[in-house]
Amino acid sequence: MFYREVGQYKTNYVADQAVFPILQDRIGLGVILLIAFVVIPLTGDDFLLNAVMIPFLIFSLAAMGLNILTGYTGLLSLGTGAFMGVGAFACYKLTTIFPNVNILIWVICSGFFSAAVGALFGLPSLRIKGFYLAVATLAAQFFLDWCFIRIPWLYNYNASGAIQVPQRMLFDIPITGPTATAMTRYYVVLTIVVAMTWVASNLVRGRIGRMWMAIRDMDIAAELIGIRPLPTKLTSFAVSSFYCGVAGALLVFLWYGGAEADVFNVNQSFLILFMVIIGGLGSLLGSYLGAALIFILPIVLRMLPPALGLEIRSVTVEHLTFVIIGVRIIVFLISEPHGLARLWQVTKQKLRVWPFPY
Amino acid sequence: MRAPSEKEAKTAEVLLAIEDVSLSFGGVKAIRGVSFDIRKGEIRAIIGPNGAGKTSMLNVINGFYHPQEGRITFRGEQRRAMRPYAAAQGGIARTFQNVALFRGMSALDNIMAGRTLKMRKNFFWQMLRHGPAMAEEVEHRRKVEEIIDFLEIQHIRRTQVAKLPYGLQKRVELGRALAMDPDLLLLDEPMAGMNLEEKEDMSRFILDVNSQYGTTIALIGHDMGVVMDLSDRVVVLDYGRKIADGTPEEVKSNQAVIDAYLGVAH
Ligand SMILES: Nc1ncnc2c1ncn2[C@@H]1O[C@H](COP(=O)(O)OP(=O)(O)OP(=O)(O)O)[C@@H](O)[C@H]1O
Ligand SMILES: [Mg+2]
Repeated sequence: MFYREVGQYKTNYVADQAVFPILQDRIGLGVILLIAFVVIPLTGDDFLLNAVMIPFLIFSLAAMGLNILTGYTGLLSLGTGAFMGVGAFACYKLTTIFPNVNILIWVICSGFFSAAVGALFGLPSLRIKGFYLAVATLAAQFFLDWCFIRIPWLYNYNASGAIQVPQRMLFDIPITGPTATAMTRYYVVLTIVVAMTWVASNLVRGRIGRMWMAIRDMDIAAELIGIRPLPTKLTSFAVSSFYCGVAGALLVFLWYGGAEADVFNVNQSFLILFMVIIGGLGSLLGSYLGAALIFILPIVLRMLPPALGLEIRSVTVEHLTFVIIGVRIIVFLISEPHGLARLWQVTKQKLRVWPFPY
Repeated sequence: MRAPSEKEAKTAEVLLAIEDVSLSFGGVKAIRGVSFDIRKGEIRAIIGPNGAGKTSMLNVINGFYHPQEGRITFRGEQRRAMRPYAAAQGGIARTFQNVALFRGMSALDNIMAGRTLKMRKNFFWQMLRHGPAMAEEVEHRRKVEEIIDFLEIQHIRRTQVAKLPYGLQKRVELGRALAMDPDLLLLDEPMAGMNLEEKEDMSRFILDVNSQYGTTIALIGHDMGVVMDLSDRVVVLDYGRKIADGTPEEVKSNQAVIDAYLGVAH
């Protein structure tokens, strides 16, 4: 009744090609942005910003990166963690070598390092697919993991073997390091993630997105309409790794404030993969939903029982989280391979025709 | 059979020539020394019983298979084998025997994908999707909408193709091939698995593409039915060999062809 396109006629193709052709969707997006930029910072405490929102946004970005590769191009990767690590270490090296250049420039630049490494490890994808490609990316994961630990130059020979994030300013406000407030870091992360989501949505809706999806759905037919598999797959690896790299740099510089190599191990890769599967392969919205479910749910589980006056041990919570996530992955793989994003679409479709389904 | 274009075809220049092409897979000889040509503007049928080598022949033409022997001359350029990308760039488009659409994409996106080679705006503009990139997108969308109107599939533009019935999928696939503005359109069994009405629609589309856009068409059929009636000239293959080549009437009365078709269980 209230959500439908009836009466909203598109008079030209530009309007018809908008991301949210339906007015209610555009209003919805506006409301979400308003909440993210105004309501949450005004009403939220440090805990909400620091422990929930900042990591949620960063994981959404990483999930978006993997989704470009796996969901849109159909190439399975288990190297996400390592590509995030490349971004983090690149950013660290860059800012220690050139401390006077603004850190945000280095955060974005670190994405290019990660993109290059990703494209390099994407080369085998011309010949191998599916399971075998996943194994090849796993090899990349282990190799890069090894580099992060064994090449002390990467962490400036710190005795701890960890990255220590220095303080960096933007307009005289500290945005990284111990003195940066949760609020500033939240705004920085939010702005970058929103901008990169916008770019990703532009890419997937245009020529490049269609090339990725064509390769995913039927690579032979794609080749016969003039889409060359190798450059297309490598672009996807590069863009995907760029997103993961920036996410990695943000993770260390704007959330942890310091990190060891094992943050970027294979567990991280799997975590991001689960987010993409649960959220929805081939959907940007799904990347957010998946990150929310996998990252925010455990927090809620931890806080809910005490709030209800129940005693629950943290170990139990941890186990419970694993069980719930595991069950959900199985359920989604079996019943709804397109994840939460698809459920949302189905709901919208129902709303569109409600209350007269015929 | 359309008398006027039949005459034109005799005089028109050769667009594609196949000479002594042989192709084998291990011990299986799919094509044995076949030669024929396709002239500009004609509708050329390739028919033959199951396993005759028709699909293999299309695969040779657009570079998906590389023949062990023979030459292919396309627009006067002679080569040993085509390459898929070069064939696409040279204006050869095709449809497949078992529909090969991009199943996860909408009908509109499938057809838009057919215009990939014509879209030039680089990665930077694609990221912004404004200015030149949007102008380009709209320009091609307009062209694609023409094709959608032509094929009468307006109502399913936004539908994911995997959800469409077979007959409509075949139409979308034709649309994707047409989006390439091809000079040579290869259709592998465009009528297979269709009901009578769908066959009539498809026949009409094929004739219209040929007459409106002047596209040269090579189409495959495995019986002597509809496909033959649409075409100006027919090649008949059997067990990888060419057994006849000529106008539909000539082919229909050819004894070797009759034998080949009788030899197959009816
Ligand atoms: N990729 C391949 N590998 C091995 N053998 C093949 C391959 N492609 C075709 N063949 C063989 O080549 C021969 C010709 O096959 P082709 O598909 O070209 O026949 P067709 O005329 O299209 O038949 P149909 O009417 O069944 O489509 C068959 O014996 C087939 O088994
Ligand atoms: Mg065939």
